[in-house]
Amino acid sequence: MATTAPALKPVPQVIAHEVQAEPTRARWTEWFTTTDHKKIGILYIVTTFAFFLLGGVEALLIRLQLGTPNNNLLTPEHYNELFTLHGTTMIFLFVVPMMAGFANYFLPLMIGARDMAFPRLNALSYWLLLFGGIVFYSSLFWQPPEAGWFSYTPLSSEIFTPSGGQDAWIYLIHITGISSLVGAINFYATIVNMRAPGMGWGRLPLFVWAILIYALLLILALPVIAGAVTMLLTDRNFGTHFFDPTEGGSPILWQHLFWFFGHPEVYIMILPGFGIISEVLPVFARKPIFGYKAIAASTVVIAFLAALVWAHHMFAVPVPTVVLGFFMLSSFLIAVPTGVKIFNWIATLWRGTIEFTTPLYFAVGFLSIFVVGGITGIFLAVFPVDWQLTDTYFVVAHFHYVLMGGAVFTIFCGLYYWYPKMTGRMLSEPLGKASFWFMFVGFNLTFLVQHAAGLSGMPRRVYQYPADAGLTLYNQISTVGSFVLGFGILLSVVNFIRSYKNGAVAGPDPWKANTLEWFTTSPPPVNNFDVVPRIRSVEPMKDIRRQVERQSGIEHSETEGQPVTFA
Amino acid sequence: MSRIRAALRPESSFRRRLVAALLLATTGSLVFASGAFADFLTPESGGSPNADQIDSLYKIILYIAIVVFIVVEGALFYSLVKFRAKRGRVAAQIHGNTRLEITWTVGAALVLVVLAAVTFAKLGSIQNPPNSSPDGLNLAQGVLTASTTEPSPPNGKKLTICVTGRQYIWRYTYGANCKSNAFGLPFSYQEMVVPANTTVVLDIQATDVIHSWWIPKLGGKFDAVPGYRNFTWFKAPRAGELYKGQCAELCGRNHADMTARVRVVSPGEYETWLADQRQAIADANRQAVQLRKQLASDGVL
Repeated sequence: MATTAPALKPVPQVIAHEVQAEPTRARWTEWFTTTDHKKIGILYIVTTFAFFLLGGVEALLIRLQLGTPNNNLLTPEHYNELFTLHGTTMIFLFVVPMMAGFANYFLPLMIGARDMAFPRLNALSYWLLLFGGIVFYSSLFWQPPEAGWFSYTPLSSEIFTPSGGQDAWIYLIHITGISSLVGAINFYATIVNMRAPGMGWGRLPLFVWAILIYALLLILALPVIAGAVTMLLTDRNFGTHFFDPTEGGSPILWQHLFWFFGHPEVYIMILPGFGIISEVLPVFARKPIFGYKAIAASTVVIAFLAALVWAHHMFAVPVPTVVLGFFMLSSFLIAVPTGVKIFNWIATLWRGTIEFTTPLYFAVGFLSIFVVGGITGIFLAVFPVDWQLTDTYFVVAHFHYVLMGGAVFTIFCGLYYWYPKMTGRMLSEPLGKASFWFMFVGFNLTFLVQHAAGLSGMPRRVYQYPADAGLTLYNQISTVGSFVLGFGILLSVVNFIRSYKNGAVAGPDPWKANTLEWFTTSPPPVNNFDVVPRIRSVEPMKDIRRQVERQSGIEHSETEGQPVTFA
Repeated sequence: MSRIRAALRPESSFRRRLVAALLLATTGSLVFASGAFADFLTPESGGSPNADQIDSLYKIILYIAIVVFIVVEGALFYSLVKFRAKRGRVAAQIHGNTRLEITWTVGAALVLVVLAAVTFAKLGSIQNPPNSSPDGLNLAQGVLTASTTEPSPPNGKKLTICVTGRQYIWRYTYGANCKSNAFGLPFSYQEMVVPANTTVVLDIQATDVIHSWWIPKLGGKFDAVPGYRNFTWFKAPRAGELYKGQCAELCGRNHADMTARVRVVSPGEYETWLADQRQAIADANRQAVQLRKQLASDGVL
């Protein structure tokens, strides 16, 4: 038995060397040939953020059109195209792949791996995403799709929407679908096989738990939509009649298939965001996550239930009452694990020492917004009430509270939290906080009144409303709010660009965080780590800092002051 | 200055009073705003018992929701204010509390059980139409149908109107046979005329793409899906009202212009209107036949 005196054990320190060969080609070509998960992650994040800005401009055009009653700024045709582009972009080209971008960059780092399980497949998934986006947006030069992001048949059939834009939409779903599917398989294989020594399932960071379930949901849901859009493609171009009621097909079949994918998709979009929050809150509360097991388990339960609630999008179509009742109850059920997460997050803040950094602002912004979206979700789950609310601006408000809160605010939280790791530079805190306040206030101005507009009878997807319908004030507030929100986002863009060169040097662990990605340089070298420590808890970095303090005798207080920068 | 600084000290009575005043203002505005709820926080109602029942079910959920909202957001902001980092304060290293976690899981589930119970208790009054009132339209004895989905009042007496959606107009066909044989029945476009105090059952269909029937004050939305039949009902209490609505499912470029109106008249006026409409349609048909004959004899057709 060889026993080593504790004093002789080496003090843990960040050792990570560049092992790259001397570049033989121009450096920028690396971005096209790379299989490094971090470079691919950055490609993902930059590309999807560009799509986010594009989708945002589309949203502002929609709000401009609705800013005054009977407005003729846009034709009904262009209006329909804009909301179709906006919805499709935000879902397929922003939120889902942005989460894949974070997962690409941070999943291997968080589990102590040197890359993804299949690095080339990983590159394929990025390039498919980019080309899917290009195929979709190239329809702008001909005729963009105009049947909505849900493309209900028969409206999306070739009789009623003959333009190729609808086919571009189908190809977008196919190409980005394959991209997400191989990406999901890659994440799953990486998490299952490549964890650091000692990282059992009970020590997996919660962000990684969320990505694991995100991957499983994608693997479950994507084949269904791939099949459905293939049927739509053959209906449109090759004379089949899957969805054509005059030939024995069923328009409702499309809705079932679409929402069987579409509702899990909602959780695909927000579970990774939940994961980011579960990482950020404990860091800035300086307190372990409250109820690790409950949060991980609720993620699994949400994923299971997510596959059983799809028809709550279809309460107004002809379905028997027993079906309505089933989907109401299953939608109620999914509120329980979601509520559990919220309670656990608040309990994580409780009796902590909260440091008000920009990532924490966005995390708290997410919490306060998402609670509203969760509560209005209950209204919509009660099917007789849904009969009044569905397809109105109440629903628009509800899902923006869920998705702007659950995805956009969590993505900004992740960007502010991880930017120092990805670039080696700190972002400006004052600019970040200003951006947060503009976004938060602008968001609530835009969407809170939309509940009222919907309750007063304003349906979705209308390009005009009459002046005497009592909707003018609501829409004016909403339009003003959307520009405040847009300005807030712009401030963050300025922050991201400016800090890239001018930000304070971050050092390996500026936030004194808990997970392994902070145990390497910022940005990390290609191989990530020279040495991966043995994992003994959910918070390996905390363990490492404690060991350093013990062995070096230098104490770092974790409960006081602003984040420490390693000079 | 020092007074202000003293006032801002957490222990000061000013601050406590401020918090109390804010709480009072919040609860006060919630209580007094209940009148205003009718305007912008609740669905439209007042034109039919099912719309009223949906409205009251919505309000029950709203009250529970407000409590949940205040508790959750309150706990969040309390902890943000109370537990901010300060020199000398140490974060409690708690990993969880099984009993507490079970409590709030069960608590959340219980709230939902209550909501489900309330919904099912109210469901009958929303889905099942009542009999027409004595001062409603005098209807013939209803025919027993095999349909399990078509709503019917207890005595079977109802006025059936077929609603057909197509790009971008609603067509209404009046009469019990409208689904089996609409030929020869009176019809109208865009504006539906109905007798007051009479149970009206709508048989909703579409001929091209999916539309959605929605008159907010008369109840919920029901999609008109080609190849399917959907049903709803309403019973408007007052003659002289005009209820407006519009198609609620994206149906193409002019979706926003696909409006609908329901004009409620007295049963007597309804019968007169129906006879006039029947006459007007017959006249128009006759004119069309004459015109066609004329054109044929002129060699145009």
